[in-house]
Parts: sequence; structure tokens; C-alpha cells
Amino acid sequence: MVPLSYYLVLSGILFACGVLGFLIKRNIITIFMSIELMLNGVNLSFVAFAAQWHALSGQVFVFFVMVVAAAEAAVGLAIIIAVYRTRETLNVDQVNLLKL
Amino acid sequence: MLHLALFLIFGAVCVAGAVNLLAQRHPINSALSLVVVMGSLAGEYLLLGAEFVAAVQVIVYAGAIMVLFVFVIMLLNAGEEERTRGSRIAVLFGIPGLLVGSVLIAWVLIAHSGTQPVPLGALPGPPREIAMLLFHDFLLPFEVTSVLVLIAIMGAVVLAARPEAVEHTKKEG
Amino acid sequence: MTPNLNLWLIPVLPLIGAALNGLFGKRLTRQAVATVALAFSGAAFGVALFVATRFSTLQLPHIETVAQWIRAGNFRADFAFYLDQLSLVMLLVVTGVGFLIHIYSVGYMWEEGGFYRFFSYLNLFMFFMLTLVLANNYLVMFIGWEGVGLASYLLIGFFFLRDSAASAGKKAFIVNRVGDFGFLIALFLLIKHFGSLDFMQVFQQVSSLSPETAGAGLLTAIGLLLMVGAAGKSAQLPLYVWLPDAMEGPTPVSALIHAATMVTAGVYMVARSHVIFERAPIALTVVAIIGTLTALFAATIGIAQTDIKKVLAYSTISQLGYMFMACGVAAFSAAIFHLMTHAFFKGLLFLAAGSVIHAIGGEQDMRKMGGLKEKIPWTFWTMTAGTVAIAGIPPLAGFFSKDEILWRAYQASWAYWLIGLFTAFQTSFYMFRLWFMTFTGSYRGTTEEQPHAEHAGHGTHLGREQIVSRAGAYAPHGHGGIHESPRVMLVPLVILAVMSIVGGWIGIPGSMGGGNHFDKFLAPVFHTSTPSLNTQHATPGEVAPPEKQTEGPEPQTSRATELLFTGISVFAALLGFVLAAILYYLRPELPDEIAQALGGFYQAVLNKYYVDELYSILFVKPLVDGSRRILWHGVDQSVIDATLDDSADGARHISDTLRHMQSGNIRSYAGWVAAGAAAVIAYMVWMGAR
Repeated sequence: MVPLSYYLVLSGILFACGVLGFLIKRNIITIFMSIELMLNGVNLSFVAFAAQWHALSGQVFVFFVMVVAAAEAAVGLAIIIAVYRTRETLNVDQVNLLKL
Repeated sequence: MLHLALFLIFGAVCVAGAVNLLAQRHPINSALSLVVVMGSLAGEYLLLGAEFVAAVQVIVYAGAIMVLFVFVIMLLNAGEEERTRGSRIAVLFGIPGLLVGSVLIAWVLIAHSGTQPVPLGALPGPPREIAMLLFHDFLLPFEVTSVLVLIAIMGAVVLAARPEAVEHTKKEG
Repeated sequence: MTPNLNLWLIPVLPLIGAALNGLFGKRLTRQAVATVALAFSGAAFGVALFVATRFSTLQLPHIETVAQWIRAGNFRADFAFYLDQLSLVMLLVVTGVGFLIHIYSVGYMWEEGGFYRFFSYLNLFMFFMLTLVLANNYLVMFIGWEGVGLASYLLIGFFFLRDSAASAGKKAFIVNRVGDFGFLIALFLLIKHFGSLDFMQVFQQVSSLSPETAGAGLLTAIGLLLMVGAAGKSAQLPLYVWLPDAMEGPTPVSALIHAATMVTAGVYMVARSHVIFERAPIALTVVAIIGTLTALFAATIGIAQTDIKKVLAYSTISQLGYMFMACGVAAFSAAIFHLMTHAFFKGLLFLAAGSVIHAIGGEQDMRKMGGLKEKIPWTFWTMTAGTVAIAGIPPLAGFFSKDEILWRAYQASWAYWLIGLFTAFQTSFYMFRLWFMTFTGSYRGTTEEQPHAEHAGHGTHLGREQIVSRAGAYAPHGHGGIHESPRVMLVPLVILAVMSIVGGWIGIPGSMGGGNHFDKFLAPVFHTSTPSLNTQHATPGEVAPPEKQTEGPEPQTSRATELLFTGISVFAALLGFVLAAILYYLRPELPDEIAQALGGFYQAVLNKYYVDELYSILFVKPLVDGSRRILWHGVDQSVIDATLDDSADGARHISDTLRHMQSGNIRSYAGWVAAGAAAVIAYMVWMGAR
């Protein structure tokens, strides 16, 4: 018997790792993968709560999250490719056209 | 007992993969660690009884999305990360913010999660039940997400196409 | 049945002329501008004459309301005109003398730049002055009051590129404003206590009050404040300082505004408000004292001046003092009589002075004149008429009016009479001094002497559009020599000279065998406590049965005494003539010796007793310094500007600091997002925990 909180702590750790990776890493692709990690952490907490409250819609929501994550990954990677073409680098510090 | 042990095994693998993702310098290593994370998460889902979700996790996430990542890494010939000037702000504000945020979230979740332990396979989620929900109560989101996927496909094609290929199609069209 | 005389035409016609000249004058030829100006001011004079001919058919006072103006609760003020004997006299004087001066100005200003502007301002002045004179209530009068101040400012500073002229204009306006402040407070008191500014209503209410013989009360306050306004407008102590400086303006302006009409507005106003003053003996005494002292004071300064226009300016102040003296002893019709004759001879004197200045090419210093008698005969003779008139030598106009004032003043107090007599002596002295220095002896100036016969058609010197005139008020046009003025300038001089001679004859007092028609004409205005409203008293000259006779007809007592006093004042005038003859004709070296002997005293008089310097130290300097240090540096720069500048700087600093957030570095953005998210979550947790 695993208390729910264990699942939630695990989910939190995954999420925190995702954010940390987003902050620390320099490679765009790695940053993107950190985002995926965050999403996975959230998915876990959804399923955990669904289990606690016997609401199957939690799992359905996870399904949707995955679909959106897939779409986002596709588009995001396409963008990365396009940026790579112009910038010749995957280093996020050098993609600073947003600077005022 | 078995439940707890399995949970801990899968959890440890998960966390190890996540940490490894952060620790590795080459993105391909990070990608492979992410695959490990997803796989172990699928195990966690199974422990909670969400069979469909676990299957979808493996097939879609680990099998499609991560493959996509790996392909892109290969395509762009991403090498090891160089050391460039980082952002002070990210370290100064982000990490403490992260810590504060996670601690708070964790505290809230734990405080309100109740004391009932979750049994093994607590909420079975067979495809049939999922489908009932999906196509009855959540029909609209389902259709919307399908449109979203369509848009994503088109967007990806347009964004990633080579410039001369685009002009080529324009001339033909 | 009140016939509608369209009184509004009288002020409005010059206004139209002013507008036409002001808006289009720049594109018109000089002839067109002159025609417009003369036509409209002449038309106003014509309408005034027409009104005069119809005067006997009117029921007086004749009021015409043109339009509604203010209706605020119980307070009403309308655009309305008021015609009675007093305003008729003022009307004829203003339009008549004004028209003559317009004619003269055509010749005088012909070669000046800004010709159209001058006539536009002159017509504008006529509009305001006529509004003042015809007003039915204090508020419309105040419009005219302020307006003539404005016109005066514009005309004094006509040669605006000259610093002294611009400053003189400012000085006139500001000193006027000080007087207007008093006037306004008087108006406020009137509104508060009588609920109206309408003449009829106010005077009706006031006449039911008893005189404040016991001490100062409301009416005294109102009277004193009105006198403050009059002192500003009519250049009495202590607000007279602007008038000598106003000589910077062109000479016709000095003639019209600062001799004949605008400065008399104060006298008119006091005369119009006689109902109030008669019930406030303290105020009346103050008026008399101010008038008397001013008359004396200005005359002493006039003795030492060397600029011909300045002498006439101080003379004006002095004569206005006489008028206020008359008002102060409740001899209002005498004051108005002197106002009228003064308009004739002072206007004449100024215009003739302008003719002299024109003749010798712009010089105004009398020490450089002399011996002009043969060279400019018409100017000489007309000016002589004016000089004799102002000196008070019978049978010219000034004698009758001044004599009446002195006689009435004596009946109030011998002190007034004595000072008035002494001032009359001084008046005669300095006027004949002017006359001798200008016309007799040998020419001391520098213009080449080429005796010309007086010629007309003078004004063909077009093409020099200079706005600033160099010497004096009139640009030297290098005609070659001293020459008479053109006919267009001489005709008004002659007309005014004739008026100066005969103008007093309508006021010959009973003691000399005349009927004193002038006094009788104005009697209904001044002899009754309430304005006559009954149709039975429509004809002028009939005295309505008054509740209280405040100014009675001249006392018939001691006719012999009156003749004696008359003789004394004539003697004083002749004494002044003789003294001037000695000092400036027979023994011209004497004045300098006397001046040296008197030393410091002479210097003080020459420098106008340093009053301007005193005012400068007391008021102007502190004001300017305070303005600069406190208001400009302290408030404007340090507070207002600083607030704006500092807030702008602050915004810039803040934005400079915040700019660093927009680094384009994605990771720092992520960091901010994480921090922000943590803050939001913390807030939500805290809210949830409460």
C-alpha cells in the first residue's frame, strides 16, 4: 500500500528536474526534453489523483496531455530545425534576437 | 509490500533517469535517459491500474516522440554542449524560485492528499471505460485535439521545409 | 413713448471701423484706411449730434437695452445704454474731439509704419470710451473702463520696437490695473449690498440711506474704492506715474487719450456716482484732498520739465486734480464743465505741440526750440489760444470753468481755494514758459532753417515703412527745414482753438451776467437725490422737487465777493504770465541761475521728486526680484519643472534598470518565469491557508 503522497512526491521531483533542466541546460533540444519531463511529471500526478478519487476522467486528461505534447513536440522541433538553419547553432544563449 | 517495492524500484529508475538527463552533456544521452524515464513512468501507471494510459505512454511518448527527438538530434548533428555565458538571472532567481515552488506544491499536495493509501491497481482504466468517457463526455475536446494535431502537422511541415523546397512547390502550384 | 435712438450705433460704428482696419488694413492703401477710420468715427459723431437734436423730446433718463447679459439668481446685468444730460455732454465731447483728432492723425501719422494699426486702435479706443460713457450699469462701464486701458496700452506702445515705449505701455496698464482692483472691490460691495450694478437701481437704493456723517460705513468704503479706481484711470496721487511715461506714444494719442477723454473717465465715473459720494462725506473729502494735492504736486513738477510733451502731461494731471477737487466739494457740474473745456484746450495744446514737433523734425526738447513764431504762424496762433485758455484768462474757456471750481472750493474750505489759486498761478507760469521757450527768442535747434510757406499736400512721402521712429515721436523726414503742418493737421487745430475761445461761454456764471446754462443743463442730474422718472420733468433745466438738496444752484449771496475772487484768480494768471515773460523772454539767463541757486531742490523737482524711483524700490524691485527668485527659480524651475524632469528621469532610470530584463536570453526568461510562478503559488497557498 503506497500512500498517494509518494506518487505526488515523485511527480514533484520529476517536475522540479524538468524546471531545473530548463534553467541550466544550453542545448535547445535538451531544454525541450526538459519540458517533456515536466509534462510527464504532471501526467503522473493526474493519474495518481484519478486513482484516489476514482475519477476516470483524470486518465482521459492524461491522454489529452499526451496528444498535445506530441503536437507541441512536432512543431517545436520543426522550429528548432528552422532556427538551426539560420543560426547554425543549437546554443540557446546565441538565439537572442529577442533582445531589445 | 510488493506494491511498495515495485513503486520504489520504478521511482528510483525514474528519478535516476531524470537526474541523468540533467547531468549528461551530449543531448543523445539526455534523450535516452528520457526514454528510460518514460518507460518507468509507464510502470508507475500500471501500478495505479491505468493500463490504457501506460500503453499509450510507451507507444506514443517513448515510441514516437522520443524517436522524433532522436531523429532531430541526429539530423542536426548536435554535439556536446559548449560552455557559454549563462544567465545569472536564471541561476539567481530561477533555482530558488524552483525550490520554493516545489516545496510549496509538495507541501500542499501532501497536506491535502488524505491518508488513504492507494491500493495496487486502484483504478482500473481499461480501454473500454476510457473510450466510453472519451467519446461521450469528452467528445468535443477529442475532436479539437484532432484538429490541433492536423495543424501541428502542417506547421511542422512548413517550418521545417527547406527554403528551396518551398519555392519549388510554389512554382509548381 | 420712448423713441428708439439706436444708441448702440454710437459705440458700434467705431468698432466696425476698428475691425475693418484691423483685419484688412494691411492690404488697403493709406487713403482707404484713413477713409474707413474717419468715416466711422465721423458717423459716430453724427449719430451723437442727431441724439443731441432729439434730446429735448426724450424722457430722461433714456435707457435702451440692447441684449440680455447676465441673469444669475437675483442678479441681473444687461447690455444697456443710459442717456441723460451728463452722458450727452460726455458723448459730444468724446465723439467731437475724437473725430477732430482722427482727422489730425491722418496727417500726423501719414509717414509712419503701421498706419492701419494706429487707426484700428484709435477706433477701438473710441468704441470702449463710448461704451463707458453710455453705460447703464457699472458692469458695462467696467467693460469700457478696462477697454480704454487696453487701447491706451496698445497706443502708448505703438512704436513697440522701442524699449521705452513698450515699457511705458506696460507701466500704464499695470498702474491702471491697481486702480481697477479698487474699482472691482467697490463693484463687489455694490453687488453684495444692493444686489445690482444698474445705475437706476443702485442710486434708488442708496438715496434712501442716510448720509454717513457719523463715521465711515459702507458708502464711504465704496466711495473710497471707486476713488482708487478713478485715481488709477485719471492719474491722481499716488497712481499718476504712468501718464508722463505715456508720452512715448504718438502725439495724437496723448491728445485724445491722455488729455481729452480716457483720463476724464475717472471724473465721469465719480460724477455719475455722485449719489453715493454725497452720502459719504469722508470719501468726498478724500476725493477733494487727493485732487487738490495732485493739482499742486503736478504743477510744481511741470515747472521744471524740458520736454514739451512732459510739461503738457503734468499739466493734464494738474487739471484733472482740479476736476477731482470740484467733485470733492460736490460741485459736480463744475467738474464736468472743466472736463469739457479742458478737452478743448488740452487737446488743442497737444495737437499743436505735435505740429511744432513735426515742424522742427522730431525734436521735443524745448531748450532746442525758440523763435518759431514766424515760421509756423497757424500753429503759433492756435497754441496761443490754448495757452491763454488754460492759464485762465478771460474771456477764454478755461477761465470760466476754473474760476467756478475755485469759487465752489472756497465755499467748502479756504484751504482748497488757496492751493487752487497757487496752482493756477503755477499753471499760467509753466504754460507761458512753454509758450515763450517755444515761439519767442531765437531758434536754438539744429534743423536747417528754410522758411517755407505753409503748404498742403504734405503727405506724399510714402514708401518708408519704418515702425520705429527715431527722434521723439515723429520720424524726421528731412524735408528741409522748419515748415508748417499740412492743412489736414491745421484744420482741427483751428476748430479746437475756436472751441477753446467760445466753449466757456455756455457756463458764464450769474455773477457776470450770464445765465450759466451749463449748470442748469446738468442740474437734473446733480440736483436731485433720485433720478427723475416722471414725464413731467422731461425738459432739461427743470429742477424736480428733491427730497434733499445736495448740490444747489450757485448761492446768490455775496456776488461782490465772487467777483473779488474772480479778480484775484485773473491776477494770479497774469502774474504767472509776467513771471514767465521775465524769466524766459526778457532775461533768459535767469532760469539757470535760479536753478543753480536752488540746487538740490531744483534737482528733486526736475526728477519728479524721485517718485518713480521710490515706487521702483518699494514695489517694482521687490516684485520683480520675488518673481524671479521665488516664483521663477523657486517654484517654476525647482518645483514644477523639477517634478516633471525628475519624474521623467525617474521613469528613465527605472526603465533603464528594467531593460536588463529584456536580454533576449531565453534562460533568464525561464528564470523569471520560475520565480514568478513560485510567487503566484506562494500567494495562492497563503490565501488558501487563511
